[in-house]
Amino acid sequence: MSGVMQLKAVDVRFGAVQALTRVDLRLAAGERLALIGANGSGKSTLLRVLHGLLRPTSGSVLRDSAMRQAMVFQRPYMLRATALTNVALGLWIAGSRWKHAREKALRALDRVGLADAALRRAGELSGGQQQRLALARAWSLQPDVLLLDEPTSSLDPHAKRDVESLMADFAQTGMTVVFASHNLGQVKRLATRVVYLEHGRVLADLPVHDFFNRSVLGETSREADLFLKGELA
Amino acid sequence: MNTFTDSAATALALVAGLDPMLLSIVTRSLAVSGAACALACGIGLPLGAWIGVSRFAGRGALLTLLNTLLALPSVVVGLVVYLLLSHSGPLGFLGWLFSFKAMVLAQALLVLPVAAALTRQAVEDADRAHGEQLASLGARAALRGLLLAWDERYALVTVVIACFGRAVSEVGAVMIVGGNIDGFTRVMTTAIALETTKGDLPLALALGMVLLFVVLSLNATIALLARWRGAATSSPLMVKGAAA
Repeated sequence: MSGVMQLKAVDVRFGAVQALTRVDLRLAAGERLALIGANGSGKSTLLRVLHGLLRPTSGSVLRDSAMRQAMVFQRPYMLRATALTNVALGLWIAGSRWKHAREKALRALDRVGLADAALRRAGELSGGQQQRLALARAWSLQPDVLLLDEPTSSLDPHAKRDVESLMADFAQTGMTVVFASHNLGQVKRLATRVVYLEHGRVLADLPVHDFFNRSVLGETSREADLFLKGELA
Repeated sequence: MNTFTDSAATALALVAGLDPMLLSIVTRSLAVSGAACALACGIGLPLGAWIGVSRFAGRGALLTLLNTLLALPSVVVGLVVYLLLSHSGPLGFLGWLFSFKAMVLAQALLVLPVAAALTRQAVEDADRAHGEQLASLGARAALRGLLLAWDERYALVTVVIACFGRAVSEVGAVMIVGGNIDGFTRVMTTAIALETTKGDLPLALALGMVLLFVVLSLNATIALLARWRGAATSSPLMVKGAAA
């Protein structure tokens, strides 16, 4: 396997629904991959397969055995506890001693600008702060690959900018970032490569500059063309 | 009507005067049900949490059985425990029949399915909503169950209160395995049944008032907890008021 992760002819089926069809994907170290496509196109399913939360119905997923990964969800779940405890918990599950986990968690909260909120209950934080908290929890694990499922889609523009800025910061450290998004501006700003999914199939897998060449997409799919024009949610 | 009002007045006097016999019965009743509830919840809560997050062959059948046991008649539990603890039964050597321990055991068996089934439901709902995110952090089923149970702790307090309410208001099981022995195994519900048949309505009514007060207090606590948790409506897990 070349790269940090590779999917070969991956199919995922939920009963009668074919969520992914023969997906081939190779993830290189340090790249920033954007998954785009309409709702139901398979972006979230693909992220779950990459993270190992979903086992493919057929096909194979190859990972570097030493690779660490973390995932951030659209609506992060936080336990009824302080922000600090929520971050420390992820580290504790990963094997850190609790005292050490709390120290690392404090550093992670500082990294995302939430040091002052460390002892506040996670549920009291705003949506944007909770998403930053989720990023702190993921970042604290020092993942080689960070997967994000529409991390800014439910946030206001200000919070969106903060989260996007953190994603860019993380990517600068050499971390491989894979994110699903409907925000094409965000994709242009953050991604180095774009995978376009339609009905569970990869219809385009191109460097970001090439992807936004409409003539290329126009030949690929009318739906993709509409997507890029912002006419397809 | 006069009989009722006279009895009610005498009952109030007994309660207000902290009648020693009344106090002894109430204390024993709370001790039996408290111990039974602690035992049942000590087993039922972790068991329910584990079932809530685990997937295994026969799980559907287990859930059906568990839900069926929610409606377990207390006299049936009393009968089974009686047979187990009787001299010729497998646990007869313990010598627990007609004792405090026998009553605790019977009530614990009665409320164990309640603790397990309600916990299972709360944890399974939480797992469906958030389990994937805990799994993404690397939490396996057992740890996920523990974390979700802890996160649902306010709901589980309601489960504990519901279990205590079920235990304290039942009469069939403790009557069979306790024997309703004066000063030894007589509890509120068995005393009410006995005093009513004897025609000593004031004591029966006084005990009934205390029992109602206990159940009312439990429901009030549940409602307060529901409000504290920011629930829009009161908890569906209200304690049964009638003696089972």
